[in-house]
Amino acid sequence: MTSLEAHGLSKRFGDRVAVHDVSFSLGRGEVLAIIGPNGAGKTTLLSMLAGGLEPSEGELKLPPAGGIGWVPQQTAVYSKLSVAENLRLFARLEGVADAGAAVDRMLEQTGLRARAGDEVGRLSGGNRQRVNIAIGLISEPAVLLLDEPTSALDPRQRARLWEFINDRVLAGTSVAFATHDIAEAERYAGAVLVLADGEMLFAGSPAGLGAAEHENDLERAFVAFLAERGH
Amino acid sequence: MALRALLGKDLRILRRSPALLALLIVYPVAIALLIGLALSSSPARPRVAFLNEIPPNQATIQLGSQQINTTRYEQELFQAIQPVPVGSMAEALADVRDGSTIAALIIPPQLPEELASAAQTAYVQVIYNGNAINQALVQTAIESKLAQANALLATQLSHVADSYIDLLLSGGELHFLGSTYDVLGLVRARTALAAIETALPRSSPLRQRIATVENFAQIAVSHLGGSKKVIAAVAAPIAVRQRVVSGSRTPLNDYAVAVAVAVSLMFVCILLASGMLALEREENTLARLRRGLVSAGLLLSEKGILAAILGVAVSFAMLCGIGLFVPLGWGRAALWLLAMAGGGLAFAALGVAIGAIVHEVRAASLLALLVSLPLVFLALVPSASVSAGLYDVIRVVSAVFPFKAALEALDAAINQSQPSLGIALAHLAALIVGFGALSRIALRP
Repeated sequence: MTSLEAHGLSKRFGDRVAVHDVSFSLGRGEVLAIIGPNGAGKTTLLSMLAGGLEPSEGELKLPPAGGIGWVPQQTAVYSKLSVAENLRLFARLEGVADAGAAVDRMLEQTGLRARAGDEVGRLSGGNRQRVNIAIGLISEPAVLLLDEPTSALDPRQRARLWEFINDRVLAGTSVAFATHDIAEAERYAGAVLVLADGEMLFAGSPAGLGAAEHENDLERAFVAFLAERGH
Repeated sequence: MALRALLGKDLRILRRSPALLALLIVYPVAIALLIGLALSSSPARPRVAFLNEIPPNQATIQLGSQQINTTRYEQELFQAIQPVPVGSMAEALADVRDGSTIAALIIPPQLPEELASAAQTAYVQVIYNGNAINQALVQTAIESKLAQANALLATQLSHVADSYIDLLLSGGELHFLGSTYDVLGLVRARTALAAIETALPRSSPLRQRIATVENFAQIAVSHLGGSKKVIAAVAAPIAVRQRVVSGSRTPLNDYAVAVAVAVSLMFVCILLASGMLALEREENTLARLRRGLVSAGLLLSEKGILAAILGVAVSFAMLCGIGLFVPLGWGRAALWLLAMAGGGLAFAALGVAIGAIVHEVRAASLLALLVSLPLVFLALVPSASVSAGLYDVIRVVSAVFPFKAALEALDAAINQSQPSLGIALAHLAALIVGFGALSRIALRP
């Protein structure tokens, strides 16, 4: 069953083409890694999928309202509000029927119950990111979009975060995440989408990308793949 | 639902910013106290070193038949300044140099003599120190009192001139250097000449010459009589009859109240609206909200409404505080609130536009200050103080920003001045729409 489909998706900012003709689909419980060099258009693509940017061209098939959870690269939370207040606010804005229950659930799932009353500005970077992700999941979305979710986390925090995301995937949530960490893409994603200068260069499994370059190491395969295509 | 959630969130954030909260409470109280005290107390008189070099026995001068005591004019002057008596010119200079007085006023010993002569201008000497504002303050005070003294002396001198003209016309006794002289006068001289002319034989050659002198006396009598009016007019060439062409004239103190309220409303609304919207960008929450959770219009309205509500609350509290010191028309309080609401929303719309353009709270606050302060100065520039072309430019700039219109609305609500509150509110409504549209454009991804 498909949770999300994109056909010929493009985005222009004036004369600059940030994303050009990207098509892919994401099934229920699937994990897709969007990889590419800096400026490839990963964040722009995720923003279009999240509803933050209007595509210039193309078609998107998205789940109904509240069906997409978005976790931006930089934590997007109110530092003067407590953990619980942030969750409650976004639960109400997402139109969650029982905001109190949703807040309780996310505090439990993120292990932040003990810090529920603390102002987010006083939390560590890892805990702030957990709040950031919890807000993305507050409406129990069918699709979770994450933009470089682990870039500011230490290895232990990364492992805990992926443990948490995998639990959601097992529950049927589809996940698309942008990352620079090729090992992370190989470890957690069932599919990868390679972007460079806004163009979609590859869509398939991580093993397929390695096979295309006759490389077992996905990072080396990725670099060689881009170099062959002038990136 | 979303509006209430956002308002609640922003109020919580404000409540947890102790410095901002303290400012919102302390600001109206402090400004109200300062303005109230400034408007209700008498203006302070500048300290001026005063040296009177006129010997005490020469303080009274004789002008014609009238005696004038120069100490009377000293007392007039002391109403405008706080005199610090000094014994010499050197002492006066030292006081001015070391800043213990901001000016020195020296009355030279020859002043009574120069006044009594009525033939040359009498001078007093003023020495200034301090900055331009201090100098302007003391200069204005002294010059205004000297102008009053000059007017009084001119009247006295015209009376003296009148008595001399009367003596020339009608004759009488002239007291001069201890002696008394009998002055014939032109009228009596003409009568005497007429009598002599009649007594002379018709063929006498003297008759023609006497007739010429008699005609001269007749002309002199006619014209000297008219010159008294001319002298009276010279003593006070221009008098003021006041008339207001339209609307009611706002006394300066009442206008100052409207200005103070408008400035407070402006700062609170612009700074809060711009800061709260810029905070959404700084916390990266704007993109999260804008992905379908909250429309741009709702988000901008929420910031504007919150800033306007708080701005009106602060300004109203300030006006109530001022009302403890200055009489205000409390029966018009509903109109005050209406004017404040219009002004507050327009200022907030400008603030929101600034917040939409700028991405950081500090930059938004700085830009808000940089935009608002010149607007206040421009709105208060009097029409006659600059060229007509420049004033037209200032009027256009003032019209496209909310301060002037808000001030007019508040002045109309507080002091019943013109233009009417309705016109000012319509102007503010147009500005709200304009800045709202600008904000929406700036907020587009």
